[in-house]
Amino acid sequence: MSEVLQIRGLRVAVEGKEILKGVDLEVRPGQVHAIMGPNGSGKSTLAHTLMGHPRYQVLSGSVSFGDRDLLPLSTDERARLGLFLAFQYPSEIPGVTVASFLRRAYMAVKQREVSAVEFFRVLQQKMRHLQMPMSMAERYLNEGFSGGEKKRNEVLQMAILEPKIAVLDETDSGLDIDALKVVAEGVNALRGPELGVLIITHYQRILHYIQPDVVSVLMEGRVVQTGGRDLAEKLEEAGYDWIREGKA
Amino acid sequence: MAVDLAQLNEEYRYGFHDPESYIYKSGKGLSRSVVEAISAHKGEPEWMRRFRLRAYDAFERKPMPRGFWGGELRHYPLDFDDIHYYVRPTERQGRTWEEVPDQIKTTFERLGVPQAERQFLAGVGAQYESEVVYHSLREEWTRQGVIFLDTDSAVREYPDLVREYFGTVVPPADNKFAALNSAVWSGGSFVYVPAGVQVEIPLQAYFRINAANMGQFERALIIAEEGSFVHYVEGCTAPIYTTDSLHSAVVEIIVKRGARVRYSTIQNWSGNVYNLVTKRAVAYADATMEWVDGNLGSKVTMKYPSVYMLEPGARAEILSIAFAGRGQYQDAGGKVIHAAPHTTSSVVSKSISKAGGRSSFRGQLKVQAGATGARANVRCDALLLDEQSRSDTYPLIEVDEQQVTIGHEAVVSKVGEEQLFYLMSRGLGEQEATALIVNGFIEPIVKELPMEYAVELNRLIELQMEGSLG
Repeated sequence: MSEVLQIRGLRVAVEGKEILKGVDLEVRPGQVHAIMGPNGSGKSTLAHTLMGHPRYQVLSGSVSFGDRDLLPLSTDERARLGLFLAFQYPSEIPGVTVASFLRRAYMAVKQREVSAVEFFRVLQQKMRHLQMPMSMAERYLNEGFSGGEKKRNEVLQMAILEPKIAVLDETDSGLDIDALKVVAEGVNALRGPELGVLIITHYQRILHYIQPDVVSVLMEGRVVQTGGRDLAEKLEEAGYDWIREGKA
Repeated sequence: MAVDLAQLNEEYRYGFHDPESYIYKSGKGLSRSVVEAISAHKGEPEWMRRFRLRAYDAFERKPMPRGFWGGELRHYPLDFDDIHYYVRPTERQGRTWEEVPDQIKTTFERLGVPQAERQFLAGVGAQYESEVVYHSLREEWTRQGVIFLDTDSAVREYPDLVREYFGTVVPPADNKFAALNSAVWSGGSFVYVPAGVQVEIPLQAYFRINAANMGQFERALIIAEEGSFVHYVEGCTAPIYTTDSLHSAVVEIIVKRGARVRYSTIQNWSGNVYNLVTKRAVAYADATMEWVDGNLGSKVTMKYPSVYMLEPGARAEILSIAFAGRGQYQDAGGKVIHAAPHTTSSVVSKSISKAGGRSSFRGQLKVQAGATGARANVRCDALLLDEQSRSDTYPLIEVDEQQVTIGHEAVVSKVGEEQLFYLMSRGLGEQEATALIVNGFIEPIVKELPMEYAVELNRLIELQMEGSLG
């Protein structure tokens, strides 16, 4: 059964202000869908709404995943269905190690008991894959992490939890080119026929490393244009003004 | 520390109690003749009898304490006449595990006390009621000259040693509760570590209140001779009762030149217990005293472990955690007194308040004139889990010396919406996510505890988070 993430007519307000004004979007398994847009276009609002952040209020529209309606579900229920959000600004959780947190998350998502030994094997394999030192597993979650470490840690979580839909919110922000390459390679390694990816980004730089199948442009709360990879390249050359002018 | 939530979804296991079967029980209330009777019953030497009676006079004279002992206590009325001051459960002490009464063994089993005789626990002093009924000490320690006894036995077997130090760190007239303890004390641990001896395995003791309205007044005395080391661990879980209980212990520790003592406590009293404890240590030249103190449960806890750094190079470290749930008041912290040059202290306090619980940090930092080069650092972090709960900080800093380095930091935080969202986006339920944040918050202190205590503390916190402890 192919599980498609389907967004229809989504209108969302934050603190009474309408940010998304009717978004239609689809992410299919095996597909990488890039959402590009200037600052304030509603990109992060879309990411947070998909994951069910309590401060984002859905005014109307629908979000479904396969045959499930996502909107009534809590954040953790969505995660257990296979939704994943790589955060632009991951929270720091002092005193909780990456390993112990991830084991709990792993058990929650897999919905079964996992022994420490079994989990350690999974963790070790994924960390090696992402070229992360094992010592990082014993550090407190995101505390004192550099920007690159935080993003890599998000990709590690994605690798371990094996979602069906991964939303990457500005994963490229604050990364130098080497860190960006490592993160992009990590994401590419996870690509497969089962995984749908929604990459949210301001710049198309990351799209050099993670090639999108579909590119949509979000402006002022609406998807204003959808196309293939060439759309991203055009945006890089001409900037968002090109679309604004096109709209006018 | 990963603890399984599924295992924890059980009722409060510690809320049972065994039928009372005491051989001697004093009537309720306190008088001179009750004090006399306790001393006579124990067959104590004259000096201890007189010590008790002097303390009783001080208790009668002293007003209910304020200030450090919390003016707030008036909101939690305590009836001294409604308390049993002495209960003796069995005729004599069990020297070996076989001699310990079955009922008491059953109690420990149900409490989940780690197997006392196993490799990690070299010696166990278990206080059941007011008396230590079981004590064992490894032979090698006996060879080393280490003494680990209940304090009553120590008075009988090592009278000169006890008399030299008893009541010197916490004099009976120190405060009303110290006076009360000095008058009616029973049980507790006595530890003597000879010069240069390193006790590698922690000494552990379990305490437990098991009689309605019964006060517990144990008395601990630890003497670490020059260059020695010992880690003493005390853990408490108490059954639930409907009437108030008073627990008022006194702990005295003497850390001599170059010695190091660590005293760790996890207390989890039932919700009706007044836990009013005086803990104090004196540290001599280059000596180190460390208090690790975890306070859960109880109705009111007032406890401020203190260290008097009397000679150059002495060090003090105090780590404390308090968890205040519904109807609970945790007033905890620490006191450090720098009375000599180049003394160093660190106080780290963490409190968690939930469901209208109240926690306060009360700290005293005193640097006396002439204590040049003293360094002190105080840090208190409070975590509030909801809007109804409360946290206060009462730091008292008196510095009478210029050449010192002092740091003080207090942070109050709430479990953040973003933190919860982050953890829940990885599949954790809200309660599990909150418990994880709380466990992380106290981790810097938990990691200082021996393994099984760390696990127990995390488990208790998670139980508290579920509200199953009320």
